Parts: sequence; structure tokens; C-alpha cells
Amino acid sequence: MSLRSPLGKVRGLGSAKEGVAHWWAQRMTAVALVPLVIWFVASVCAMVGSDIGAVREWIGTPLVSILLVLFVIATFHHAQLGLQVVLEDYVHTEWLKIASIALVKFAAIALAVAAIFSIVKIALR
Amino acid sequence: MASENRPLSPHLQVYRPQLTSVLSIMHRGTGIALSAGTLLLVWWLVAAASGGDAYADVKAFWGSWIGRLLLLGWSFALFYHLCNGLRHLFWDAGKGFDLDAAYRNGWLVVGAAIVLTVVAWVWGYSSMGAL
Repeated sequence: MSLRSPLGKVRGLGSAKEGVAHWWAQRMTAVALVPLVIWFVASVCAMVGSDIGAVREWIGTPLVSILLVLFVIATFHHAQLGLQVVLEDYVHTEWLKIASIALVKFAAIALAVAAIFSIVKIALR
Repeated sequence: MASENRPLSPHLQVYRPQLTSVLSIMHRGTGIALSAGTLLLVWWLVAAASGGDAYADVKAFWGSWIGRLLLLGWSFALFYHLCNGLRHLFWDAGKGFDLDAAYRNGWLVVGAAIVLTVVAWVWGYSSMGAL
């Protein structure tokens, strides 16, 4: 038996409270990614075949560095939110579910840090 | 409370796929594939920061047939996930939800993803001077 009131149960879990934080973050990162992905793909298409010097020069341009960091953050945040839902849906062994979600989150952070560090290193060289 | 006759969610072995369900699971599938594809993005950035040898490895991988095949798959996955993601955002706003509209904008998403993939590859090859 729970001693929590019906109001207490609903608060923080129901509509428009923290209960939708995950859902909302996935939508907001999606909205941010629409222009960022179009910009990134178009830039890469225009750079196919470029040598490392030209690529570094592009990455190091201040506006490009900033947009790339935003793109990386939005991408990995969006990806780990999505993979979390997939694992929650399909992995039914509790410890394996928790372990795999934790692994996805650690990997997302590690990859995002590696990408951002590389961008900053190129920008400041 | 156990009952033998409770309705089940769609059973994969007897479930006839429709456009809407196929596109729905494709959104998941492409999302997972794109997550794996971020490894390539990070590899590219780390190699560009590391130096000429590391970058030459990335370029060699992209130039190989397996690299190009992966890039083709990932580029289609990206455009599909982008277009269908927009479809989801319209749905979240309550638009395009009835069955006819869901089929119409479903085919629109498939067509747009194919067209965008072709445009990107033609653009990429022409940047390389290969066209």
C-alpha cells in the first residue's frame, strides 16, 4: 500500500511535468537538428574529395566550429534519448536493460566529448 | 486475472504490414543505424584533428566499396529519418493525422528521402570532379 496521495502520484509524472521531460527533449533536439543536419550534409557534399588542409580550414572557421559543436551536442543527446526508448521497449531483463541504457549514455557522452575536443583543437591550432 | 483470450498486440508472424507500420519501424531502424553512424562522424573529426596519416585512413575507408555502401545506406537513413521526423513533428502538432493524410504524407516522405539521397550523391560526386 502506498501512503502517497493521488495528487502526489500524479505530480511530477503526469502531463506537462517532469514526466514529459524526455519526450520534450527528444522533440526539441529534433527541431534543432533539422537546420543543423541540412547545413552539415550540404557542407560535406560540397567538400567531398577535399584534402585535410581544406577540411581543417573549414572546421576551424569560427561560425562553423560553433555550429559543429551544436550539431554534435544535439545529435548525441537526440540519439541517446532515442536508443533509451528502444532498449526500454525491447530489453525485458531488468539488469540488462539498465546496463545497456547506461552503456549507451556513457558512449554518447564519450563520443560527444571526443568530437567536441577535436573541433576545438582544430579551431585553436 | 490471467485469461487465455485477451487481445494481443500485433503478432509479427500473422501481421500484414502496411505502409504506416513499415514506415514507423523504419524510423526506429534508421535511428539505430544513424546512432551507429555517429562513430564515423567522430572518427572523421578525430582524424582531422590528429593529422595526415589518420585522415588518409578515413579517406581510404570512404573510398572503398564497403565505405561507399555504408555511406549510401547512412545518407538514405539520415534523409528518411529527417523527413519522417518532420512528419512526426506535424503529428505532434495534431496535423496530418487521419488515415488518408497519413498514407499521403507517408509516400511523400519516402519520395523526398530518395530524391534528397540522389541529390546529395550527385552533388558529392560533382564536388569530387567525378561528373
